[in-house]
Amino acid sequence: MSVTEILAPGTGHRLLAGEQLGALPRLSGEDLVDMVERAGLTGRGGAGFPTARKIRAVGRRPVVVGNAMEGEHLSHKDALLLRVAPGLVLDGLELLGSALRARRLVLAAGHRIDTGPVCAAVALRRSAVEVHELRGGFLAGQESALVNRINGRAAVPSDRLRPVWQSGVDGRPTLVVNAETLAQLALISRYGADWFRSVGTASDPGTFMVSVSGSSHQVVPRPGVLEIARGTMLADVLARSGTPLHGARAVLVGGYHGAWLPISAVHTPMSREGLAPYGAAPGAGVVHVLDRRRCPLQVSAAVATYLAGESAGQCGPCVNGLPRMADTLTRLSASRPAPRLLAEVARLRGLVEGRGACSHPDGTARFVASTMAVFADHVEAHLLGDCGLEGLPS
Amino acid sequence: MIRLHVDWTRCDGHGACTELLPELLARDDWGFPLSRSDQVDPVVPADLITLARRAQQACPLLALRLTGSR
Repeated sequence: MSVTEILAPGTGHRLLAGEQLGALPRLSGEDLVDMVERAGLTGRGGAGFPTARKIRAVGRRPVVVGNAMEGEHLSHKDALLLRVAPGLVLDGLELLGSALRARRLVLAAGHRIDTGPVCAAVALRRSAVEVHELRGGFLAGQESALVNRINGRAAVPSDRLRPVWQSGVDGRPTLVVNAETLAQLALISRYGADWFRSVGTASDPGTFMVSVSGSSHQVVPRPGVLEIARGTMLADVLARSGTPLHGARAVLVGGYHGAWLPISAVHTPMSREGLAPYGAAPGAGVVHVLDRRRCPLQVSAAVATYLAGESAGQCGPCVNGLPRMADTLTRLSASRPAPRLLAEVARLRGLVEGRGACSHPDGTARFVASTMAVFADHVEAHLLGDCGLEGLPS
Repeated sequence: MIRLHVDWTRCDGHGACTELLPELLARDDWGFPLSRSDQVDPVVPADLITLARRAQQACPLLALRLTGSR
């Protein structure tokens, strides 16, 4: 079982193979859950929750929502999937729909998604899936915010004590599954759990899609989306994208709620266990390379500022804490900042962690913590003067 | 175990809960309740349960919930 596999389109029965598949199997709820559990499939939308557990937890006769909001700015995988293999996403929804006797099947597509191909596929197979085109920012794909939106209310998260798998769309138990996860389900139902596990690692099996981008054209000459086996070395992904390693400082893995890997860690396998020592996870599959010529603090401060602006605006610790934390990081990224700002960033991280209705404050705190750890020597340089680099393209 | 849960979608930092339960809750920079323990939803010890219920009733936004059972 290779752990350095980057799967070119057309090879094997995988997401981007573009195969014509046979009829979708009809499985009972029990058989479906057993199959997904044996496969070890985890969510491909960011949180990485075990899919079988999610299916087991949802109440009777649920609403199933396919999540293709792609609120993660650096991610392009769900858009690609819905363009080249919309049938797989519909298959996943219909598979869950028949196994769980779902009341409704909804595909929520963000504004960056071209819904032409999936709407054509729905019409062609006379599918019961409803395609909803919804606008939204970074939090658009947050589970309870999405459900609120589908219910015609403001797209802001609900309190954690009211989980969507108990009460969601139309007040019914609701199962929200990422588009890529649905597509994986569709293939697993055809080829089986063992097939899924035939690539990847023992504890993190299967493939996933990564969106590779860079802060400059030079550091990632060939940006794009790849389907890779879990456990593929980051170095292999960067080689495929044409990254000259000497020109890169670090790689943001997962998404804006993810973590930085210094370029010295480029031989890290991209699996949950491989990335965990860096406080990182496969997440939404974002791989964003930072050019060595850019000040990492200024880049990170800009990300933190963006994340603060994407707050849903309803929870005090988030509305107040994230802008303060971003502002502190911005001041730390200037020339000869006050040394007390270091402790202030850590204090503000502690104030936002775990508070608020959703994981946006947590994820932002994680990103900031990673920034301070991975670029500690850069922080030192700033405290003594400046780093001589610019943060953002002029 | 009874825990004190803040519904952040309702809380506006009014602060009645922090005055009734100073053992469990401090206030952050912006007046919002901050758990003194390392748990976001702190456990309510038996001798504070009556006060915790009073805090729940005192919140003008109904933002406090007591979860779990004794």
